Amino acid sequence: MGEIIVNTAGAIPLTAYLIVGLIMFFAGIYGFFARKNLIMILISVELVLNAVDINFAAFNRYLFPDQMEGMFYALFVIAIAACETAVAIAIIINVYRKFGNTEVDNIQQMKE
Amino acid sequence: MENFSNFLTMREELSLVVLIVFLLLYDLIAGKRGMRYFQPVAIGLLALHTLITLIPRAEVSAFGGMYTHLPMAGVVKSILNLATLIIFLQAKELFSSSKQRQRRGEYYFLTLVTLLGMYFMVSSGHFLLFFIGLEMASIPLSTLVAMDRRCKKSAEAGAKYILLAAFSSGILLFGISYLYGTTGTLYFADMPPLISANALQIMGFVFFSAGLFFKLSFVPFHLWAGDVYEGAPTNVTSYLSVVSKGAAAFALVVLLFKVFGNLIVQWQGILYAIIILTITVGNLFAIRQDNMKRFLAFSSISQAGYIALGMMGGTALGMNMLVYYLFVYLFSNLAAFGVVISIENKTGKLNISDYNGLYSTNPKLSIVMMLAMFSLGGIPPFAGFFSKFFIFSAAVEQGFYVLVLIAALNTVISLYYYLKVVKAMFLNHSDNPIPTLRTEGYNRVSLVLCTVGILVTGIVSLFVESISAFGFGVQ
Repeated sequence: MGEIIVNTAGAIPLTAYLIVGLIMFFAGIYGFFARKNLIMILISVELVLNAVDINFAAFNRYLFPDQMEGMFYALFVIAIAACETAVAIAIIINVYRKFGNTEVDNIQQMKE
Repeated sequence: MENFSNFLTMREELSLVVLIVFLLLYDLIAGKRGMRYFQPVAIGLLALHTLITLIPRAEVSAFGGMYTHLPMAGVVKSILNLATLIIFLQAKELFSSSKQRQRRGEYYFLTLVTLLGMYFMVSSGHFLLFFIGLEMASIPLSTLVAMDRRCKKSAEAGAKYILLAAFSSGILLFGISYLYGTTGTLYFADMPPLISANALQIMGFVFFSAGLFFKLSFVPFHLWAGDVYEGAPTNVTSYLSVVSKGAAAFALVVLLFKVFGNLIVQWQGILYAIIILTITVGNLFAIRQDNMKRFLAFSSISQAGYIALGMMGGTALGMNMLVYYLFVYLFSNLAAFGVVISIENKTGKLNISDYNGLYSTNPKLSIVMMLAMFSLGGIPPFAGFFSKFFIFSAAVEQGFYVLVLIAALNTVISLYYYLKVVKAMFLNHSDNPIPTLRTEGYNRVSLVLCTVGILVTGIVSLFVESISAFGFGVQ
């Protein structure tokens, strides 16, 4: 791994990455609650998981550059997010076959 | 280190992997005739595997601390095995139609894979293995929830479950990323001394625990539970409410005690509010339910609150009693589900009002259901009374008098709705009660097992004593 990044004038500080991650995370959470389409909800969840990846990579590169734990964690998160998306898409297709659309408001078989 | 003999330290996991691969091949190779013996083979092998996990062994760690086996985790794995075994016994009529029957193998395979994920979750020593175990447990579970292809409700429940599982693990991971940023390690063994309760760590911990609370369906995070439990096939519902919940509860208690010991003030505060909310709201919602599966879903939410009482004190006694509570809860809840499954498969009826006059036609089923309700409600001398009593005493020992008082008051409220079911079966009259039905053979075995469990596990002190040998407190 590279040398420790000293915060000189031109370099992007760690907090900038963290703020990007934080904004992505809360954008994902907002989307999860506000969106009405299952596919869009799924994309929002992906946004949350990608925010996590940014955090891990930035922390690893800036604070602990002599070991790779954070990078590997981010890789595993990407892989598992892919599995999750595959299964979620399969289930959403199943919903589409049953209900004819993927709008949340129409998928209400159970009350309360 | 670079030695494959490390794998041999994962005895339980290895044995389960062998079982899974064998069943997968059996499903692939066996023809129509062979498939007739699929369920007995699966049950027999799982029983064998349970015996293997029952053999106690000392604490070991492998792969540089990535995998840690705690003696208590061995006990929990055996409990999860036993619950899965009982659920398999009840599974035969899940495949009553011939189209469903072709997919019989998938059910057992997917269930065992989620069990393997829970094993990893329970005995992980690193946040990576913990996360992989968690996902291994929740992704196949969502496919199980959506398994009933004929049913619209099942598809809806599956979509809700997978999206919430992904969302909650996203929140959990976000918390882990801050914990990593502030400590520089992800090993459970290295992290505790580096946690000094600074603001970023507390924020990371709150996100992390919120993700786990979703899985456990504690109250502000419980909104998925009612719909998913109602929509899933009944067998899968019982798996969700016993095995999945038990594994997550134990993983949480290990993490709180081993890793977040320095944050004990913070997590006690969080749990204090969560326990009160979980028990009360779970109870109040359970009162209004008429659908039996939804009713048991809310009852299991409130039971999760009692389970969390065991974590409050941060003592070895609390952990022992938590595991004992899971052990007793398994029998009580699976007995109730066994009766529900038996009636649903023969008549398709699921509402409490359908159970009116059940005693006059099906006395045995009614009595099993009554015992289950008494045990869940905590009436002596059934096992549920002892588990509640012990978990209360573990919390009182640490001085949580008000909390225990609220929990005890809620026990009274819960008696109202548990007894409502008993009243429907024994006292209410119905012009056309559910006809006399013959429970399927394996399911009858499971009901006998559960009844014996309800009657015996409380009175015989062997169980609580043998569990008590392994607990540990906040380190």
